[in-house]
Amino acid sequence: MSNDNVVMDEIDTRLLKLTQDGIPFVHSPFAMVAEELGIAEDEVICRIEQLQKNGFIRRFGASIGHRAIGITANAMCTWNVPDERVEEVGAVMAGFTEVTHCYERPRYPDWPYNLFTMVHSYTKEDCEYVAQEISKATGITDYNLLYSVREFKKTGVRL
Amino acid sequence: MIQLDDIDKDILNLIQLDFPLDVHPFEKMSFQLGISEEELLERMGRLNEEGAVRRIGPVINTKRVGGISTLVALKAPESKIDEIAELINQHQEVSHNYLRQADYNIWFTVSAANKERLEQIINDLQEETGCPLINLPTKRLFKIGVKFDVK
Repeated sequence: MSNDNVVMDEIDTRLLKLTQDGIPFVHSPFAMVAEELGIAEDEVICRIEQLQKNGFIRRFGASIGHRAIGITANAMCTWNVPDERVEEVGAVMAGFTEVTHCYERPRYPDWPYNLFTMVHSYTKEDCEYVAQEISKATGITDYNLLYSVREFKKTGVRL
Repeated sequence: MIQLDDIDKDILNLIQLDFPLDVHPFEKMSFQLGISEEELLERMGRLNEEGAVRRIGPVINTKRVGGISTLVALKAPESKIDEIAELINQHQEVSHNYLRQADYNIWFTVSAANKERLEQIINDLQEETGCPLINLPTKRLFKIGVKFDVK
């Protein structure tokens, strides 16, 4: 697992900044990064592996334009879960393979929903089915599905 | 919507979680896919151009690199949605921004280097938009594992 005591050095930070907008699709995509950092390409790879191992990056890979490829039913499902059941219910929800994200967030007077799950699918029917299954598995019936109607922005988190 | 053949789909499924960490990652991938590196690069270029692949790079764990992030939901009047979404997007720290069907209709994520900066961005946005908003930081993380199953 990740070692929380490890910190990034200056080269790691620059490496992330140099790659955060994406590497080029060429035979040696890390060559320019290596040159810029004054290290070998092998070391660039090694550092990315370490950054991943130590939890600074979740993964190194592609970000997909899911809407462009037809995954257009993207539901943020919000649940009103009794506070004392959050731990147990959150774990059950996270166990569904269709659920990509699951978080507990604060409630507000006009916003009682405290658990959030994201489901990405090709059809609304699929999302609704998953939500019904989650509801059945947890007994939580106060929920709603907030589909994304438009995407105004989607970029990676930047340093 | 983009037309994808079986090889495109294999590529998309492979590059999300299993992009090879290698000096020549596309060459390595091409062996796995059974096509030439040249063809793979040509397909990658097209998938990128058509919006199927946005970028290949690090997915940064904001909290682990010392930063802080949150989700914000805002109530924008129907007639001002575009204008307000644009105001929000102008902040570089906003990574995702969506229109959703609910009273709170604009949902966006903000990442910042520290708490003070995050609060400043949210305050600025409240002022700039004049809309009611709620700040929904993660209290507990149960799962984060984005992988689109491309069929």
